[in-house]
Amino acid sequence: MTHWIWYRPSRALLAAIALIFFVVSGARAELLIRITEGAGSAIPVAVVPFAESGQMPAGDKVGSIVQADLTMTGEFRTLPPEKMLSLPSRREEVYFRDWRLLGQRYVLVGALTRSGDRVQARYELFDVNREERILGETAAAPASNIRSLAHHISDKVYEAITGVPGAFSTKLAYVTLDTANGKPRYRLQVSDVDGKRARIRLESQEPILSPAWSPDGEKLAYVSFETGKPVIFVHELATGKRSKVADFPGLNSAPAWSDDGRSLLMTLSKDGSAEIYRMNLESRQLTKLTNHWAIDTEPTYDASGEGIFFTSDRSGGPQIYHMETPGAEPRRITFGSRYNARPRPDNDGEYVYYVHQRDRAFHIARTELKTGEETILTRTESDESPSVAPNGRMLIYATRQNGTNVLTVISADGGAAYSLPASEGDVREPAWGPLVR
Amino acid sequence: MNFSAQSKAFALLLSVGFVAGCSSTGGTSEEGGEYGSDVAAVDQEGGSTVYGGDDQDGVSSSAMTEEERMAAREQAEQQALREVTVFYFDFDTAEIKQEARDVLVAHARFLANNPGQNVRIEGHADERGTKEYNLALGERRANAVQRFLIVNGASRGQLETVSYGEEKPAVMGSSESAWAQNRRVELVFE
Repeated sequence: MTHWIWYRPSRALLAAIALIFFVVSGARAELLIRITEGAGSAIPVAVVPFAESGQMPAGDKVGSIVQADLTMTGEFRTLPPEKMLSLPSRREEVYFRDWRLLGQRYVLVGALTRSGDRVQARYELFDVNREERILGETAAAPASNIRSLAHHISDKVYEAITGVPGAFSTKLAYVTLDTANGKPRYRLQVSDVDGKRARIRLESQEPILSPAWSPDGEKLAYVSFETGKPVIFVHELATGKRSKVADFPGLNSAPAWSDDGRSLLMTLSKDGSAEIYRMNLESRQLTKLTNHWAIDTEPTYDASGEGIFFTSDRSGGPQIYHMETPGAEPRRITFGSRYNARPRPDNDGEYVYYVHQRDRAFHIARTELKTGEETILTRTESDESPSVAPNGRMLIYATRQNGTNVLTVISADGGAAYSLPASEGDVREPAWGPLVR
Repeated sequence: MNFSAQSKAFALLLSVGFVAGCSSTGGTSEEGGEYGSDVAAVDQEGGSTVYGGDDQDGVSSSAMTEEERMAAREQAEQQALREVTVFYFDFDTAEIKQEARDVLVAHARFLANNPGQNVRIEGHADERGTKEYNLALGERRANAVQRFLIVNGASRGQLETVSYGEEKPAVMGSSESAWAQNRRVELVFE
């Protein structure tokens, strides 16, 4: 096919290029956390406030951060400290009968010690029924990073109870939109999974879309309209260094990383219609993976890292397709309604998650790949951008709540968990970061 | 809103005729000489309203030939049609609606007659569905309009397309009416 979409910079576009956009590294604009409901089957856990020796940093306590982490998954019900009969901090102080009376299945106790700039934690988790210690460890972090220490403890506790690694130490990327001086202000931000410690990475008057984490958690690829059209950038988080990786005529959109972090899937329309390509990031060489007059977009690697899920409207409306290997004949996955788009795989190859239209509403749904069985997971009605946690247990998506866009986290089987509204304006385009050791 | 766009075009058609008449009496008409006196005559007869019409009254006081009159009228109509620069689409389609065709033909003819004129074709989608699919859908709409303009005489070099997907709604809100107004292609003349 010939190149027939022309793009010449015009005066208006040159003005757009000169737009105010800049990389910010210190500013903060946090999300608020709002826990919507806990599942009925939640496991009762008592997180006893940790004993402290030495000066501790002001702000949230380690115990309360761990308690909040476990609660927000919807998988646990935590006991408020004021209902506890005692506040043990080590094995010898734990009276299992008391905790049984309080209906608790697990008890977490611990102590913090300040030494120099660091805080050390020693913590133990007990199974109340079996009267056994199932976890006993120490961990340390700079006093300025007490939240990281707490999230680490939450990860360990979560894994000890469920057998699955916790994802509390992972990061979220998302885009907020508000208005500043009468102009739209898009901000690409990175925060903890509870919305805390948000940092602005890019600010622009033009839309920012589709943030995608590199597998090592060190880079984000995204689409920015800062030059007046969609262009794909790769942004190194530690340095703020950015490079423009795809700026072809037409669309440059929907970046998705390969497992080795060396190539990106992307949607380009330089040859006519929207097609999926793979770009080797070192050589910038492109391989075309689809070739169809229809829209092919929203690619993502499957759990194996070999195959590719994507959206195509070759059947007449958008549906999810899967290619066993890049370039192979696609197989249609979704049939349940006339609109299914933006697939995201889980990490063990069992399910694919996507946006599903039913009647007039857009929900998040998943299909079990083995059986083809589809389940609608959300009751909200304007749902977009599902992103699965790296441990496969939770899912974040964007939706509307009382007229503004918020992020909502649910368990992977659909139990409601918590929402993350922006402190002002809209928040959209969530991307759950990888587990990083 | 398609209806209101059309009524706007109609009102403009009439007002353009009126304005063209007024300016041409000052000797700066580029719309073709006789048309000006045609409308001016209406004015003199006390037909002061824009809606007074530009046909029967004008015929009686003008030496215009029928062809000239038709040409002038055609030109005014074309110009009025070109006042419409936003075109609407149904959900998840890029099909150009019947009512948009005459207007787009007028734009294409204008571009054919003015090779130095460039236009940016901006494709948009409503907020429903996914952002990246909507980006592709906005492009498909822009491309449909681009093809239509080319088929009707515009040259490819005059046209550039850009899709904003659902990112730049014309109207805020989540109603049927807001969605309908946001599923659009806008022509931006530069």
